[in-house]
Amino acid sequence: MAVTLPALPYAKNALAPHISEETLDFHHGKHHNAYVTNLNNLIKDSDLDSADLETIIKSVAGDPSKAGHFNNAAQVWNHTFYWNSMKPNGGGKPAGDLLKKIEADFGSYEEFAAQFKTAATTQFGSGWAWLVLEGGKLKVTKTGNADLPMVHGQKAILTIDVWEHAYYVDFRNRRPDYIATFLDHLVNWDFAAANLG
Amino acid sequence: MRFWILFSALVTAMTATAQFTQAPLPYSYSALEPYIDSQTMEIHYTKHHAGYISNLNKAVKGTPAEGLSLTALFSRMGEFPDVIRNNAGGHYNHDLFWSVLSPEKSDPSPELLSAVSSAFGNLDSLKKRMNEAGAKRFGSGWAWLSVDPNGKLVVSSTPNQDNPLMSVAEVKGIPVLGIDVWEHAYYLRYQNKRGDYLAAIWNVINWKEVSRRYAEALKK
Ligand SMILES: [Fe+2]
Ligand SMILES: [Fe+2]
Repeated sequence: MAVTLPALPYAKNALAPHISEETLDFHHGKHHNAYVTNLNNLIKDSDLDSADLETIIKSVAGDPSKAGHFNNAAQVWNHTFYWNSMKPNGGGKPAGDLLKKIEADFGSYEEFAAQFKTAATTQFGSGWAWLVLEGGKLKVTKTGNADLPMVHGQKAILTIDVWEHAYYVDFRNRRPDYIATFLDHLVNWDFAAANLG
Repeated sequence: MRFWILFSALVTAMTATAQFTQAPLPYSYSALEPYIDSQTMEIHYTKHHAGYISNLNKAVKGTPAEGLSLTALFSRMGEFPDVIRNNAGGHYNHDLFWSVLSPEKSDPSPELLSAVSSAFGNLDSLKKRMNEAGAKRFGSGWAWLSVDPNGKLVVSSTPNQDNPLMSVAEVKGIPVLGIDVWEHAYYLRYQNKRGDYLAAIWNVINWKEVSRRYAEALKK
């Protein structure tokens, strides 16, 4: 049983003009797909071949001799989570219980947004910014390269990919503009609310 | 009166000169076409490199790092915050990168070529080693050819904007050639195909400058 590339949850042009069809074509069709292919090559004929993705990630995390396994497996997971963190006509302020929880843990939606922007802007090099649940409280974090909340005792609620490949075609070096666009036009708060449970 | 205002503004601007400044690019943005495209060069030089310099000037101001040279900062890297490590590295690495690229064909000096032969076999094996180091660097970083503390050539890679001069580097040495493998260095022309970018860049390597840096490094 190999790991497979999940289909995008929307059409490749569905996030335009904010994220172009060209970006999603490469990001899903080449980058995400390559992580899947690399991982399958690494786990072929090993006992991890029949394991599910989370089990693979957790079993190789922190083992320097399995860095390739971890990087590819975590990037498969991260990208699937990122596609679901966006939707056409998304973004803006969430509503309902999620908004109440954000206001309780951050003070206001604006404070959450400010922290999220700072984390995503200051993640130096390649990586991710996250909204996570830790010890029952929401917080904003950032991780380098493939690193992800599940190996830090946190539950992922929402993520943004800040590898340059995520925004270079559409925004060039202007990462802050990409992050603002993500928050204003793309966030899938339904997905975040479902993760909150 | 108006002249005096203009004059004092000029003096203020001159005395406020920042510690670190950007050297002019030694060729035009389009000079490395088709291997490195003009738009990439322009954004890379005017936004990425310039950004590291302005962030570095801000980061050192009023701190114990102020007034120290880049090499002094690198040798004591553990004493300074990440913002200095990242931006000092970003400045030095790009400054070196522009200098080791050129639209003009040149050859390695006989001394460099013989050191390459004894360390790697031949020039093609060096290129292969560098390409592997660059391809394997997960995320953002650099591939390096350096002179190690024993005077031998060594290939390595570093994450993000680290370099072999830094006290925190795994493989230490004096870099003579560096290849940027951040996605911003190649994404507009090569997208996900970092290997194609690495194969192409050898068409625009300034071997004259790499040889000069090699001779300099041996003296140290
Ligand atoms: Fe990505
Ligand atoms: Fe760069």
